[in-house]
Amino acid sequence: MILDTYDHRLIAALEQGLPSVPRPYREIGERVGLKETQVIERLKALREAGVISRFGIVVRHHSLGYHANAMVVWDVPDEEAAALGELLSALPHVTLCYRRRRAAPHWPYNLFCMIHGHDRDTVEAQIETLTRECGLAAFSRAVLFSHRRFKQCGARYTHSTPEKAAPNRDAQRPDRGQQGNVA
Amino acid sequence: MTALTQDTVALDAVDRLLVNDLQEGIPVCERPFAQAASRAGIDEKEVVTRIERLLEGGVLTRFGPLYNAERLGGALTLAALSAREEDFETIAETVNGFTEVAHNYRRDHDLNMWFVLAVETPERIAEVLNEIETATGCKVLDFPKIDEYYIGLKFHA
Repeated sequence: MILDTYDHRLIAALEQGLPSVPRPYREIGERVGLKETQVIERLKALREAGVISRFGIVVRHHSLGYHANAMVVWDVPDEEAAALGELLSALPHVTLCYRRRRAAPHWPYNLFCMIHGHDRDTVEAQIETLTRECGLAAFSRAVLFSHRRFKQCGARYTHSTPEKAAPNRDAQRPDRGQQGNVA
Repeated sequence: MTALTQDTVALDAVDRLLVNDLQEGIPVCERPFAQAASRAGIDEKEVVTRIERLLEGGVLTRFGPLYNAERLGGALTLAALSAREEDFETIAETVNGFTEVAHNYRRDHDLNMWFVLAVETPERIAEVLNEIETATGCKVLDFPKIDEYYIGLKFHA
């Protein structure tokens, strides 16, 4: 998909998130010089093209009581990674799942997933269950619990600002521009 | 908004319903909150008022689209380094000082610092990782994504 000036303006205008009004696309349109229907059409196209990967809300998991977070990694044969990744992805406690490049000899693991839970004991039990259920017990594994988050200010996608931007009420809240993916 | 503990904000039943509902997605149409409002038994104005409050209370960190960095010409990667315990804080500060570092977690492993880079062009990944190596004196390992199986990242409220 080739993005034009208006697409870039829209992307930039939404970097801080949707305006909190019942008809947010009309308000965004006013900021970037498009009609509400044009905003809607363009956003649908951006979503279909995968430029927008998700459109919703992102939760700070700690605030919902999810205090334990483990990155669990396995060294699986590359050709089995997709099938195992699909199995893991179907489980409720798995919040992200990727295949990543190994970094031999320090790091033999290629299948990565994140498990979030209310406490560490629960997450440990969940890891044992999913290891068994997905047939992963035979593979070498590492579990890396997180201790604390040092930084979460989010990815910025554009440098441009919308030409008709309204005063940015979110300027003091860098968290609102964050990328949801953690690992 | 009442903080029950440091990280826990009180949500009522309607908040929980909205949080679970809107994590599934916000429609792109003239009145995107009409359905969520009707499912929660409130009006659209109250939906956005509650979202605003949850954003301010730190329960939500994002309301709206998440972009795919690669499709916008940018790139993301996961990287890690092994910091000596006595240098950990200093190295964390150095790493976090890079605007390209989107988040950074301490994890229990020899590789004890894990961070995500978000850059404007794919070539910047290697450049920034080199700059981080120079600034910290630590070898940085790069774990680029090869395949994506699940990015749902949903939490039941």
